[in-house]
Amino acid sequence: MSTATSARPLTAPSSHAPRAGGTPRRSRTRTRLELALLLAPGLVLFVGFVLVPIGVATFYSLYSWNGFGPLTDFVGLDNYVDAFSGDVFQGAIAHNLIIAALTIIVQLPLSISLALLLNRKLRGRTFLRMVVFAPYVLSEAVTAVIWLLMLQPGGFVDQVLRGAGLGWAVQQWLADPKIVLYSLFVVITWKYIGFGVILLLAGLQGIPAELREAAALDGASSWQATRHVVLPLLGPTIRVWIFLAVIGSLQLFDLVWIMTLGGPANASTTMATYLIDHGFKRYEFGFGSAVAVILFIICFTFALLYQRFALRRDTDGALTRAVN
Amino acid sequence: MSRRNGVGYLAAFAVIGITVVPLLFVILGGFRTTAQINRAPAGLPGPWVWDNYIEVLGSPYFWRLLGNSALIAVVATTLAVGFGSMAAFALSRYAFRGREAFYTLFTLGLLFPLGVATLPLYLWLRQLGLLENPLGVALPEAAFSLPITIVILRPFMNAIPIELEDAALLDGTAKLGFFWRILLPLSRPALATVSVLAFVSSWNFFLLPLLVFNDSTNFTLPLGVAMFQSEHSQDTAKILAFTALSMIPALTFFVLAERRMVGGLTGSVKG
Repeated sequence: MSTATSARPLTAPSSHAPRAGGTPRRSRTRTRLELALLLAPGLVLFVGFVLVPIGVATFYSLYSWNGFGPLTDFVGLDNYVDAFSGDVFQGAIAHNLIIAALTIIVQLPLSISLALLLNRKLRGRTFLRMVVFAPYVLSEAVTAVIWLLMLQPGGFVDQVLRGAGLGWAVQQWLADPKIVLYSLFVVITWKYIGFGVILLLAGLQGIPAELREAAALDGASSWQATRHVVLPLLGPTIRVWIFLAVIGSLQLFDLVWIMTLGGPANASTTMATYLIDHGFKRYEFGFGSAVAVILFIICFTFALLYQRFALRRDTDGALTRAVN
Repeated sequence: MSRRNGVGYLAAFAVIGITVVPLLFVILGGFRTTAQINRAPAGLPGPWVWDNYIEVLGSPYFWRLLGNSALIAVVATTLAVGFGSMAAFALSRYAFRGREAFYTLFTLGLLFPLGVATLPLYLWLRQLGLLENPLGVALPEAAFSLPITIVILRPFMNAIPIELEDAALLDGTAKLGFFWRILLPLSRPALATVSVLAFVSSWNFFLLPLLVFNDSTNFTLPLGVAMFQSEHSQDTAKILAFTALSMIPALTFFVLAERRMVGGLTGSVKG
């Protein structure tokens, strides 16, 4: 996403700046003032609430600290070592990675098929698009409560399965440590599939119909045209989606916290629920800060590597293009 | 072709079903009693019960949460879009040393998702004395919405022809006057997009309010829904009514702003 840094060169040339009256020196002062006036509020807000907390957390993470009183117990990197050597945190990292992998393996093909479907001239297409997108607008909290109730033992899902003659498939959806992560993944898919579909639909609209037609004239089947013409052209959109999906998976919190609290027996703990559970609920702020820094470094490393190796091809792409 | 479309419609119906059924479960469940729901979780209301909805709508608590959420979202959106458009203007229509460095600094924020920073933020807000304060949630939300706001607005403002600016400056308008009277009105489509993005993310945010607010009268709606669920866990029908009602603002807003939202997303990945 930081392709943003490689934005197009700007067009406003400097010769335009000092024109409004007065001597050049006065107008330069004036321009400086204007710039300060325009940039300062945003900068203060951004530095004060984005950069400072992360810096402060790095500092706290070197101490053993319960959140009260002065920082006296300097422990160096012990908090980091403790976190990485704990089974629960290792499990949490694994859960995040499983969710990220499942997201790509399951949601990507699903989103692409749905987007291709919705790109056809079906009746009620607009309505269909809105329906697919609707769960994405709901908060994760609402989504979690809905599915928590539907997945109760003997609840809606179980009854529907039994009614359809699939009674053997009924599980302890949220209480079985072997299943809970996959149940959560289904809920995540329900909520976020619309986002992928909308992104890909937008990408599809940028592909001229003539390309498909030309392929068809050359004797390509519909599947071949999709596979060899449409999908490669969707590349940039797909790469952006993967980026957002992985970052999202690494930070998974709300759904898990409300539906399972990371349980049963830590079977659905994620890095973020672990962070809040230890850092906040148990007042281990130094340790929690270390976990926050780890989570941050993991996201940041992924972002940089992904940017370097996958997004590089779409130099001008993604968010820098913005709304035109 | 028609066979392909047949398959298409079939798939479309499946998609609608999977998406809509859970929503209907909530909305219709609110019109039943807990006893009815326990007996047949997948049943329809019969007879229709209005008590759950009436009770929730009659409770000051629900309206209080709605008000809290609205206040925080409005403040966060106003700050993000206001400060963001000012910064985007400076970064697009002025030439000065360090401009790209400032821009890069802001775009760096795209890599710091709010979720990651929440615990450090909580500690920081505690130090600033902003716990139990709507600003303690609205200010960080605005700060974290700034990067995307600036990233979307800068190219948009950049694309507005320089001739317009020249003409305005020749007419004696100050540069800030040009910003306020010409550039901002022209940027309305992009402003709408970033407003929707900022508003929705604030409206739905759960983790930060969870840490900042301890007093349940300060809660936002997502927090309230989760809390209501755990406190009334025996009263399924009432939870469903509460949840259904708390979905309405987001869904209404979505229906009204759908074009902007989808347009904004599609625009942002025009690739």
